Amino acid sequence: MLTKRIIACLDVRDGRVVKGIQFLDIIDAGDPAELAHRHAALGADEIVLLDITATHEGRGTLLETVKRAASQLFIPFTVGGGIRSAADAEAVFTAGADKVSINSSAIARPELIGEIGASFGAQAVIVAIDARRATVGTTPGNAITDAEVYVSGGRKPTGRRVIDWAREAEDRGAGEILLTSMDSDGTRSGFDNELTAAVSSAVQIPVIASGGAGNAQHFADVFKAGRADAALAASIFHFGVTSSRALKEELAAQGIPMRLPC
Amino acid sequence: MIEVIDYKAGNLTSVVKALNFLGAETHVTQSPDDVRNATKIVLPGVGHFRATQLLHDLQLTAATREAIANGVPFLGICVGLQWLYDGSTEAHSTDGLGHFNSTVERFPTHVQDAELKSPHVGWNSLEAIREDSRLLRGIAPGSFVYYTHSWRAPVSADTAAATEYGGLFTAAVERDNVMGVQFHPEKSGETGLQILRNFLGL
Repeated sequence: MLTKRIIACLDVRDGRVVKGIQFLDIIDAGDPAELAHRHAALGADEIVLLDITATHEGRGTLLETVKRAASQLFIPFTVGGGIRSAADAEAVFTAGADKVSINSSAIARPELIGEIGASFGAQAVIVAIDARRATVGTTPGNAITDAEVYVSGGRKPTGRRVIDWAREAEDRGAGEILLTSMDSDGTRSGFDNELTAAVSSAVQIPVIASGGAGNAQHFADVFKAGRADAALAASIFHFGVTSSRALKEELAAQGIPMRLPC
Repeated sequence: MIEVIDYKAGNLTSVVKALNFLGAETHVTQSPDDVRNATKIVLPGVGHFRATQLLHDLQLTAATREAIANGVPFLGICVGLQWLYDGSTEAHSTDGLGHFNSTVERFPTHVQDAELKSPHVGWNSLEAIREDSRLLRGIAPGSFVYYTHSWRAPVSADTAAATEYGGLFTAAVERDNVMGVQFHPEKSGETGLQILRNFLGL
């Protein structure tokens, strides 16, 4: 049966991983290609590389990084960050990515979803949504239904409802939704399972959960209560979980379908 | 020469990369003569079934039929597998090769009242692996491979392996030198590389 996916996520700035992983036998904990290969070898189901480089000049470095990472990777590889046009997407695909993730550029110009999909297939376009629950001017019951899309690293509200935007992204041909709870992000106290479940129920395309994981149980919860199809794993590797494989074995022990051995 | 057919249907770079990684010399082509003279043929493909119309327009359908009749090993991947059948409900006016006689259809939207996510994305397992399959030799039942698709071929006598998602569907099809996989072997880790190695070893 179809398994839930653990997706190892690397944040990259100027060609270096922002928060490297403390693997004992890695000489250079900051090289994205090396870490991508290492995660794949340790059981990750997919790799996501998110470029958080501020400047336009950094794009050349990114493409070189993507090329090096992709050359030895035989699991799905997604690249996101700063993709603003179909041409940007094409450069990333040519460098070796299988999918692209688009966030603020999609909200700014939703036609971009279909444009990239038309050339490379809908399955190659992931729409990333940064979400915050509604607080001001809403009843407690509407915190989820009125949850709002944010851009610029979760700082700028857009006035769009998360569920409405997820549905629109699906209608426009997105292959998957990558949902990050900005309320949970960095808290290490779990994903926002209620919000994730609401988005997963609202669309037929797969939903990847992100934001808040601190231990293996949080992943179990987001796959069950959160109805997520996949989950991003990044900082989890800093806090006692040694590999995707170890994480997946814990989840399998709870009856969650996982790709094992891996 | 191993000819990898380019019909502008998505990214064939990763298929070429995997084959080259395994030591194979490959040539990307749109030429019917290249296909006729190939030692092996690979037909990748992602996206919409209507993209295979280009194979007819480029005279590649006839060339493929000739090569297949001459016993040239042929591997279709994803939409490349679907093209081996009569056609797909995704694009009613585009004919498949018709080598396998069934129609490719969409996954159901629901299974026992529960919504089925579409596309079928992720790692799912190979079951009912045919013992005489050369493509899947050495692949253990339950091995995982990576899928991303919304249409699939039904199980038939030519099915070499099946996968469960809203019912069983054809994961791999094989009859003599003509083979296809619905999953992406170039994205399926070690299992995928082994399957490609098997094909290269034919």
